[in-house]
Amino acid sequence: MKVEVEPDKCIASGQCVLIAGSVFDQNEDDGIVVLLGSEVTGGEEDAVLSAARVCPARAIHVLDGQR
Amino acid sequence: MEQPVSQVRLWNGGLAWMVTRYDDVREVLADPRLSSDMSRPGFPAHNASVAATRQKHRTFLNMDDPEHAKQRRMVTRDFMIKHVEALRPRIQRHVDALIDEFSAGPQPADLVTGIALPTSSATISELLGVPYEDHEFFESRSRTISSGDVEPVEALQAYEELREFLRGLVDRKRAEPAQDVISHLVELETRGDIGIDELLNMLRLLLGAGHETTANMIALGTLALLEHPEQLERLRNDPSPQRVAAAVEELLRYLTISHFGRRRIAVEDLEIGGQTIKAGEAVVVANDSANRDPDAFPDPDVLDLERDARHHLTFGYGVHQCLGQPLARVELQVVYPTLFRRLPDLRLAAPMNELPFKTHSVFYGLFSMPVAW
Ligand code: HEM
Ligand code: SF4
Repeated sequence: MKVEVEPDKCIASGQCVLIAGSVFDQNEDDGIVVLLGSEVTGGEEDAVLSAARVCPARAIHVLDGQR
Repeated sequence: MEQPVSQVRLWNGGLAWMVTRYDDVREVLADPRLSSDMSRPGFPAHNASVAATRQKHRTFLNMDDPEHAKQRRMVTRDFMIKHVEALRPRIQRHVDALIDEFSAGPQPADLVTGIALPTSSATISELLGVPYEDHEFFESRSRTISSGDVEPVEALQAYEELREFLRGLVDRKRAEPAQDVISHLVELETRGDIGIDELLNMLRLLLGAGHETTANMIALGTLALLEHPEQLERLRNDPSPQRVAAAVEELLRYLTISHFGRRRIAVEDLEIGGQTIKAGEAVVVANDSANRDPDAFPDPDVLDLERDARHHLTFGYGVHQCLGQPLARVELQVVYPTLFRRLPDLRLAAPMNELPFKTHSVFYGLFSMPVAW
């Protein structure tokens, strides 16, 4: 599964980091989302899908959801 | 819900569209055609005091992008997960000390002034760089501003007093900068990124929103746990960080202290849930009823600390979603388990129907909560 983020939309809510901290991080300057890796593997898929669902800025996009 | 979007009459006689379904609420709050700008004619303010204070003193809470984003990003660094997590041990020590003092005092005692407010006020004071000694002053003025039961002149007066108090602190930090939010904002002001007027309003917002909301959640959440002894028992038996985090999300959903709905006004025509809303029309976005939508939360009226409630809308949704949510979460995750571990016999010391609930305040909560242990 692939994931993408749009930092321009991000409002630094931190929700993705709480839900999937191994995939998402926050920039030191202003807390904007940083993707740690765009390729998501088995164990992390559910968490990434939850993060995409919860993101208040709709800044997280799961590209292929075949699971 | 047969009419998920319907018209309601407001306190000032104006009309507004009320949006109640979970999916509709999220659509509306993510839609840039709806504005948070209270200076727009016809804006559906919560009450007369909120209208008066927020129209006079603008903050990014009531700005739209790109202005909103520019100001919000000045403080997002301070609320990022990493920084807030680093505060957890200090918050834990502080709550432990508070409970030591509280439990050594006479019974019954007020949980709001003994535990709830001192937890949230001390935490936000330290982060901002406000002396905690002044807590009674800023707590009482903040309470007046959001009470909904005072005349607008009183709310404006309280706002002005807080601004003057904060102006004094800004001057002090200008002379002696420290590692805190005020000093950081003063630096931005010196660079010309923000004016002094807006800086004071922003600090007022951070200080007020930073202590009242979380204190309300501490008291109401404790009450909800006491009213659901079986749920509390299970949490007590397994207070693992994951269980506690899930319990906090469910309490946030179940209680939805942001009970007045998000307020917006349409700047273009749009359609929500089959209803056309025209430019200039007011919208009340009922995040509280969305949090009880069975399509999003099965058996929504049941408090179930084990359900996955992370998609709740208690912190709002869209670009204005709560800035301080990481801090609120850490405080609540520390307070509830510590309180029930340290005071296993904690109980309410007054009949439920005699408790003074904040029915008209911007955020729901309790003015006081007598308990024994
Ligand atoms: C349980 C506690 C809290 C609840 C339920 C809560 C709820 C909310 C809600 C519903 C909004 C959205 C307003 C809107 O959409 O119009 C919001 C925004 C905000 N909250 Fe909180 N809040 C809490 C704690 C805090 C804390 C601890 C802070 C710390 C400073 C804070 C600061 C803010 C700020 C600055 C905004 C404006 C964000 C923006 O407009 O971009 N809140 N909060
Ligand atoms: S959940 Fe969305 S808005 Fe929040 S930090 Fe992650 S990407 Fe940004």
